[in-house]
Amino acid sequence: MSSGELYHSVKLERDKCVGCTTCLKRCPMECIRVRNGKASIIYELCIDCGVCVQNCPHQAKVAQTDPISAIYRFQHRIALPAPTLYGQFRNLASVDSVLNALLSLGFSDVFEVARAADIITATMREMMKTNQNRPLISSACPAVVALIRIRFPELLPHVADVLSPKELAARLAKEEYSKAHGVPIEEIGAFFITPCPAKMASIHAGGNTMVDGAIAIQDIFGLLSSQLKQAVPEELKKKRHASAQGVNWANYGGEGAALDCKNILSVDGIHNVIHVLEEIENGRLDDLDFFEGSACVGGCVGGALVVENPFVAKNSLRRLIERMRLEEKEHPIPPAEPMAVESIRYLTPLEPRPGIQLSDNISEAIVKMERIEALTKTFKGLDCGSCGSPTCRTLAEDIVQGRANELDCVFKLKEKVEQLAREMVDLTNL
Amino acid sequence: MLNEEQETFQETRRVEAGNFAAAGQIAASFKNTLRKLGVASPVVRRVAIASYEAEINLAIHSWGGFMQLRIYPDKVHLLVEDVGPGIADIELAMQEGYSTASEEVRMLGFGAGMGMPNMKRCADLFEIGSVPGKGTSINMSFAI
Repeated sequence: MSSGELYHSVKLERDKCVGCTTCLKRCPMECIRVRNGKASIIYELCIDCGVCVQNCPHQAKVAQTDPISAIYRFQHRIALPAPTLYGQFRNLASVDSVLNALLSLGFSDVFEVARAADIITATMREMMKTNQNRPLISSACPAVVALIRIRFPELLPHVADVLSPKELAARLAKEEYSKAHGVPIEEIGAFFITPCPAKMASIHAGGNTMVDGAIAIQDIFGLLSSQLKQAVPEELKKKRHASAQGVNWANYGGEGAALDCKNILSVDGIHNVIHVLEEIENGRLDDLDFFEGSACVGGCVGGALVVENPFVAKNSLRRLIERMRLEEKEHPIPPAEPMAVESIRYLTPLEPRPGIQLSDNISEAIVKMERIEALTKTFKGLDCGSCGSPTCRTLAEDIVQGRANELDCVFKLKEKVEQLAREMVDLTNL
Repeated sequence: MLNEEQETFQETRRVEAGNFAAAGQIAASFKNTLRKLGVASPVVRRVAIASYEAEINLAIHSWGGFMQLRIYPDKVHLLVEDVGPGIADIELAMQEGYSTASEEVRMLGFGAGMGMPNMKRCADLFEIGSVPGKGTSINMSFAI
């Protein structure tokens, strides 16, 4: 799929799809349909949350990411590891060992995304002092941002207008490298090591981005593991700059924990996020200072492209962070300086996404709505998914919009067959 | 000149007294309907807030009632009617912070006394009538 606004990372491998209802029923945006025995995604509604990828029992839903070989498009290659990567290894000796392992895989340099997270935390602390639009909503999870753009556009003014850590990391990494090695920025490739499809999509759909690609953690884990086994601790280059707090962003609640304000809500799991955003929209959470939502349960450690069980990863990270904190007592890391908010604004202003409308013309939309309502009442209301739409109401909408037929419904088909059978019997009795 | 018959879509929902678990579901449903029809976001938000406040009020104070959303190409009507104790002093009820909610209800986080003022502020037209001992009726209109 070409780059641009409609770029999505989540894809279907048709050969593996058996046309079951698993992804259909779990999708939080109700944007999957099963037609002719295969799933398809209505991409206008897709937020790349990866729920379908994680739930497909046949591994037919995949997230398309860049292969490792993609880094060789550039002469100078910088790895941007998400802090989630550190939690994938049990008993990790130090962050430096992972960073060095990345270097031995062919990267010229490495820049921790957690370091950018530190800077963003410092900046957001400043923002919170003057912010009028409470609650401030974190923009770290691209799936949640996409969700807000489609379903909660009135909340867009609340979304923190700052770059995501990977974006800031790419920019700073390239600037630093360019200065240090006298190389023009265009010749430097920055690659994010990602736990999820949403981050991949946000890179390729963005337009203005300094990140050149995303490599899935699951694609690089094996190679890193073997490097880690071979590494000699004494020969490790000291690369780590990020604080324990920055690394903690990978865990659910990590971003909120770094800010010091009174009322913070950290919500994980996309269905829970939707529920809480509705409360915020209804004005039920007026004294909330900060909201941090992650589509994945557990936070980024629960992303679709990780290797380790998220609960185990959370524990591994926690222990690593404890060790880092102890180390920081001995050898303090200089605190990150906040950057001027104007210099790290979101690259393209956050606009609402239209999703799918019934019609451009409201009168026509009203008429269609009436028909949908009437049709829905004639269905059984089981939301079984056999027709290929997630609910009876969505089937009604699909029928009205010409995307489906009434007899796609198994129960309607049964009724029809029984009716035809009765007519046949009547014929024979003539 | 005869008025042309306008297309309209109508959604009517019953509200059960005391049902806080369901609180907000009708407002959410109305909001989805308006979104689906492509109504502009700011209007959706105002109708959603007004519906929500009305729904909570019915749950807290009334003995049961219904809410009806009627959508026309150029406006949205919200009708809220209940059977209940009614409102003796409407002007007092419209004051910010004034609430007759019970202690139990306040413990749940409701009863801040902002419901009626919020509704009036969100709507373009706001009409209210009440007969103490019988019930209350509120009619709101929002231009699209």
